[in-house]
Amino acid sequence: MATLDLEGRQPVYVPPPVVLAPGHTPETVTRKISSIIIAKAPRWWYVAFGISFCFLMMFLTAVTWLFVRGVGIWGINIPAGWGFAIVNFVWWIGIGHAGTLISAILLLLRQDWRTSINRFAEAMTLCAVACAGLFPVLHLGRPWLAYWLIPYPNTMGLWPQFRSPLIWDVFAVSTYATVSLIFWYVGMVPDLGTMRDRAPGKVSRIVFGVLSLGWRGSTRHWHNYESAYLLLAGLATPLVLSVHTVVSFDFAIGIVPGWHSTIFPPYFVAGAIFDGFAMVLTLVLPLRAAFGLHDFITARHLHAMGKVMLATGLVVFYGYLIEIFFAWYSANHDEWFMMKNRMTGPYWFVWAALILCNGLIPQLLWSWKVRSSPLALFLISMSINIGMWLERFVIVIVSLTRDFLPSSWAPYRGTIWDWMTYLGTVGGVFLCLMFLFVRFLPMISMSEMRTLTPGSGSHGAQEAAS
Amino acid sequence: MTSATISSTSSAPRLYGLMAEFTTPDQLIEAAKTAREAGYKRLDAYTPYPIEHVSEALALPRSKMPLIVLICGLLGGAGGFLLCYWTQVMIYPWNIGGRPYNSWPAFIVPTFECTILAAALSAVIGMIAINGLPQPYHPVFNVPGFSRASSDRFFLVVEASDPKFDRHETRRFLTKFNPNEVSDIEP
Repeated sequence: MATLDLEGRQPVYVPPPVVLAPGHTPETVTRKISSIIIAKAPRWWYVAFGISFCFLMMFLTAVTWLFVRGVGIWGINIPAGWGFAIVNFVWWIGIGHAGTLISAILLLLRQDWRTSINRFAEAMTLCAVACAGLFPVLHLGRPWLAYWLIPYPNTMGLWPQFRSPLIWDVFAVSTYATVSLIFWYVGMVPDLGTMRDRAPGKVSRIVFGVLSLGWRGSTRHWHNYESAYLLLAGLATPLVLSVHTVVSFDFAIGIVPGWHSTIFPPYFVAGAIFDGFAMVLTLVLPLRAAFGLHDFITARHLHAMGKVMLATGLVVFYGYLIEIFFAWYSANHDEWFMMKNRMTGPYWFVWAALILCNGLIPQLLWSWKVRSSPLALFLISMSINIGMWLERFVIVIVSLTRDFLPSSWAPYRGTIWDWMTYLGTVGGVFLCLMFLFVRFLPMISMSEMRTLTPGSGSHGAQEAAS
Repeated sequence: MTSATISSTSSAPRLYGLMAEFTTPDQLIEAAKTAREAGYKRLDAYTPYPIEHVSEALALPRSKMPLIVLICGLLGGAGGFLLCYWTQVMIYPWNIGGRPYNSWPAFIVPTFECTILAAALSAVIGMIAINGLPQPYHPVFNVPGFSRASSDRFFLVVEASDPKFDRHETRRFLTKFNPNEVSDIEP
């Protein structure tokens, strides 16, 4: 165990407990962050964007064929009517949780280490929610009628069914996407003003000028702005906890064994935070190295994120164990059969991989040395990303393929189109949007980072210095 | 009015105000506080990040944002519930598994989401509206050094509409705080 290592010897390197490396002034912060956008794009950016663009084309191919032929090209069939699309939807929504958690909850808790990663995590949230939103719509069969889910007066005299968790989902996800978008945009307005003042070309100056709404940093404006931002954080906090709760209701309200469980809401929310932080680390670690952002994303951030992953990972692991206990203790024949089938049935290896990726590997985060190593953190967060996808696979597929009636059992397999759609969102839609974001918008909040510099006269600086 | 004063006002261009540039927030806070105590009313400060002490020095009234957001959130919540009630009970009643038409626990989720959505939208739209944004043109942008207000300089502006404003007197007043520069702001 990692804890034993520390008994014998002292840690080799003690990370400075700072959220911003010493020696920075408001000017250096502005210059460093804005120069990423002003400077020419590095060559790796073109290569990386090109690769993700190929994935995007693959996604569009898969979706076009889906529109031509219908959902029959996917592996779904009765009894497993929910296949990859729902697995991917839940997985993406979960990933989308870190952004608002970091921005809103950690803001209210005055965790100043959030400052250097919140903008980035919020952008990641938006891209993840965009990917998530695609899947239920593609899964509809007649995706061009998706707007029927929205309540509006129509000539058919029809209204959505508000008792259905699927309609709750529409409300929860669309509200979450809207609030995340405006939260992200409002946070960026002062930085867009900075970009307007520093942009070298006329076109970029006009574009940033329009986007910044003519922000000029007036104290009267800051006064209302701060109030609005804090209120948004307060509103986003219950929202972020509610979204995955509502997504879990899609399952928990149903009676399928393995779904009908009161533990689902908290366990889904913890899983979402777990996975969201893993995805933030997966993206931040390479970008930190590529853009040389070590001054802004310090060892303190890596340790803090590692600890959040460890804590939420333990909640998730507890969820797995208590699910087994519930299945046995309920004395319900179908529940207990489902659990045995999950662990020893035809998909036993998915469950075993899930426990390995989500339950065992994250335990390495107890070790101080592991949390200090970017490579180890990157590998662990990859393992968590995969593990959380497997968790959703176990919940959706294993329960559906063997439900109450053995005569209706049937195996499920994703087809090539399922995989192309899934990987197309990961490598294509998601990464393309992220690459465009880091290239064209300030990926770290400059106005907030300035408050961490010494002598800034604001609350953050004293904490950063201490 | 003497002829000398008339000629000086007619030759000089009209001003929006005077702007003093400071390097540190502490200088700005001190200048703002003293200016307000000296009786200036139409003051504004421009900073690259929010500084609470500057708002205090300018004695800004409490922000109206919380009240706006509260009202809009409550209206959104009421609207969300009424949407469910109106559709599921009044105009499109449908028996789902024998549940009552007014199955209010099931309506909590849409009600909650509508509350948050309305409150969040009102926070953003309200903030933009109260601040008078978007405002692409503003006289302060005419000062060449003002672009650093979005990076690392702190500015105090005394507007010409202030009853106590006098081009020379106010300039002398601002110079006392040792600013990097005091500039005329063309309207």
